[in-house]
Amino acid sequence: MPTPRASRASRQLQPWVLLLLPLLFLTLFYFYPLAAIFRVSFVENDASAVLPRLLSAGTLRVLGFTFGQALLSTALTLLLGLPGAYIFAHYDFPGKTLLQALATVPFVLPTVVVATAFTALTGSQSELRYTLGAILLAHIFYNVTVILRMVGGFWANLDPHLEQAARTLGASPWNAFREVTLPLLAPALGAAAMLVFIFCFTSFGVILILGGPRFATLEVEIYRQTINFANLPLAAALSLLQIGITLMLTLTYTRLQTGLARPLELRPQWATQRRPHHFPEIALVSATVLLLGLLLIAPLLTLITRSFGDGLHYYTALFENPRRSIFYVPPIMAIWNSARFALATTALALFLGLLTSLALLRQRLASGGWVLDALFMLPLGTSAVTLGLGYLISMGRPPLALRGTPLLIICGHTLVALPFVVRSLLPALQSIRPALREAAATLGAAPIHVFIEVDLPIVRRALAVGSVFAFTVSMGEFGATSMIARPELPTLPIAIYRFLSLPGALNYGQALAMSTILMMVCVVGFVAMERSRPLGMQTF
Amino acid sequence: MKRITLLILMGLLVTACAAPKPTEPQVLRVMTHDSFSVSEEVIAAFEAEHNVTVQFLKAGDTGTMLNQAILSKENPQADVIYGIDNTFLSRALEADIALPLKQVALDGIPENLRLDPEHRFFPVDYGDVCLNYDKETLESTGLAVPQDLSALTLPEYKGLLVVQNPASSSPGLAFLIATIEKFGEEGYLDYWRALRANDVLVVDGWDTAYYTEFSGGAYSEGTRPLVVSYASSPAAEVYFSEGALTEPPTGAITAPGMCFRQIEFVAALRNGESPELAQAFVAFTLSEAFQADIPLQMWVYPTNQAVALPQVFQDHAQPAQYAGEVLSPIDIEQNRERWIQEWTEAVLR
Repeated sequence: MPTPRASRASRQLQPWVLLLLPLLFLTLFYFYPLAAIFRVSFVENDASAVLPRLLSAGTLRVLGFTFGQALLSTALTLLLGLPGAYIFAHYDFPGKTLLQALATVPFVLPTVVVATAFTALTGSQSELRYTLGAILLAHIFYNVTVILRMVGGFWANLDPHLEQAARTLGASPWNAFREVTLPLLAPALGAAAMLVFIFCFTSFGVILILGGPRFATLEVEIYRQTINFANLPLAAALSLLQIGITLMLTLTYTRLQTGLARPLELRPQWATQRRPHHFPEIALVSATVLLLGLLLIAPLLTLITRSFGDGLHYYTALFENPRRSIFYVPPIMAIWNSARFALATTALALFLGLLTSLALLRQRLASGGWVLDALFMLPLGTSAVTLGLGYLISMGRPPLALRGTPLLIICGHTLVALPFVVRSLLPALQSIRPALREAAATLGAAPIHVFIEVDLPIVRRALAVGSVFAFTVSMGEFGATSMIARPELPTLPIAIYRFLSLPGALNYGQALAMSTILMMVCVVGFVAMERSRPLGMQTF
Repeated sequence: MKRITLLILMGLLVTACAAPKPTEPQVLRVMTHDSFSVSEEVIAAFEAEHNVTVQFLKAGDTGTMLNQAILSKENPQADVIYGIDNTFLSRALEADIALPLKQVALDGIPENLRLDPEHRFFPVDYGDVCLNYDKETLESTGLAVPQDLSALTLPEYKGLLVVQNPASSSPGLAFLIATIEKFGEEGYLDYWRALRANDVLVVDGWDTAYYTEFSGGAYSEGTRPLVVSYASSPAAEVYFSEGALTEPPTGAITAPGMCFRQIEFVAALRNGESPELAQAFVAFTLSEAFQADIPLQMWVYPTNQAVALPQVFQDHAQPAQYAGEVLSPIDIEQNRERWIQEWTEAVLR
């Protein structure tokens, strides 16, 4: 039986113990490679000409565009995502799980494939093509799922009685929403908006392929300076600028966030969700589902339809290797490779993300917690080109001779997945009343038991959301690992790119067939993660 | 039950983090760009002869691969690098990443493809970047197939051409260089301004141009009948139609002054683990067995002229013709950044 003093000491020590592994991971796979590439760029190269070019009108123009499009994209994604999140949180309707899974599929699709679908939908003469509008539309298409899942998931567990009480006391629906629900929703809303913003801020493929060559973000500029012009100092300086801005944003966000979160009485979903009854409700649900369907599902359906353009032929062709290419990958193998990377990433990201979130939760009120929190967001806002070359330089020899190993790919994916897991988990963990944990502890439960018995059931939904995103990040091959040579473990996206690099009907058809398989694998994965829950936790 | 979940989680983590297997002694690592391909049995023959396992590492596009090779030249990822082309050759030579290999013979390879007199980079394949056209659209509108780049600025060709951005695409850069070879430093920007006035469409990469904007390919979605692609693309259209087509729906314009020849090189990297095997592999890529495999795998030409081409190449692909000045890799490396920036100002701003 520990004395009160000893137990207080252990509680104060705990955040740092929990943070040990996540911080080690961040140091080894983020700061160490980044330091290596910056050293080569600034010390071993002539960096004297960088400053004038960094402060030129050209850079300012790129910076302005990067910021502006990210802000607009985030606002529009919120605008479209919130009604969807409301519907998903409050109503139960047929096909809901499938719709939610399909809404996350865009996240993993290669941009070239999405571009083809958009073209097929809007017509190749559409005024929208190669405009800012196309960029915004694509960013909504890719990111609306972040709002749906993160905000919708949190909203589903909010006690509807609070808003109902406000209504009973005479508040208008709008006022009740603004004064009661919105403040309660703010942590999840902020987290989702922040992620969407950083994603759009570092956007690359969408800008190049759908926006066309007239548009450039910082990320695009970093790529060009590195690859085309071999100007490492300028590329590194732009990268630092990008990291600096991300850091300032996330710091502001985490600082504000500390004041927003409040403990809540979370309710299980069966208590907050029901089938739509009256006409206005049915109309609202149908309209939202229709809108989401049009934006998210229609392009996917176009791709699927086209993949069957020649009956099953493009699918059967996937199983043949008539040219006897050494790089041929049977579809089953590609699925298996993708799944292995994605599952390992999910496991690692969940483990590290849980540790991080629990530590940040305890550290939060003390000074410094919000700075740490922002630190874990940084990899998401860091140029994949820069970090990838950092891996190349730093992971070639001991102590970390991981270059060319699958482990480095998993760690690279985890680095991007981690912010999603933390951002999903923290709002849920923060909403748990400390009294619950204290009660359990008073009754003699060890910290690990308090976590398993109190925290875990409540954050299960948030865990599922985090897993879905970690899985997705790896399936879609996000992050710096595309910049290092990798051994032959071809995944689905890699197979798709290979088909798209040659002319001819068969190659194009097989790329579409492979994309359809990628979608299917993801949908199965998402639904499985949504459904799977440890026994006895059915309620949340 | 809950503890089991946690245990499974930890178990997965341990599996994920399991230490990588140590590299076997007899492994030859070959670094290539993403478009590289080769037949299983060709590599199997080399592996059997030298008692070695060949491991291929795909390193992105050519520019990305070269960047990686230069940055890690003290401790390279591979022993052999395959696919540096003549637009990047000068940068590779300057960075001194490759070993001179005096014993490797260049039999059957024409003089004009050999660009490194010090025997470090060996020409292994080449392809011609040129315009492809949609036969049906040009025929039905009664338009002549342009035989001169200047023709593309005429009003009847307005809005028909799609090209790739030279800042992000290798055929895009190749076509820009073709226009500089044709019109010279003094004239190429005027030419591009005229193309812009004639509504040329610039897209990011080859796949978007060919599959989304071009109208000619069997499965192309687009509306523009002229695209920058390769001289061999029509042959690929026939081959990948799997018998559905006997004649390509597209044609390549290979007239003098319209194309740029991309020559790819293979080299042994300095500081590699097995220089002897690397040299043997470089020699092997120039041998008939490997050279004959190139056309149907990568849709480019073998440099060894003694090698017979497959039937579909003989029937439907012809190499481009060259008459005027050809820019050297040094010219290209020294001017690339300025050309791309001037081009961007003239065409995109």
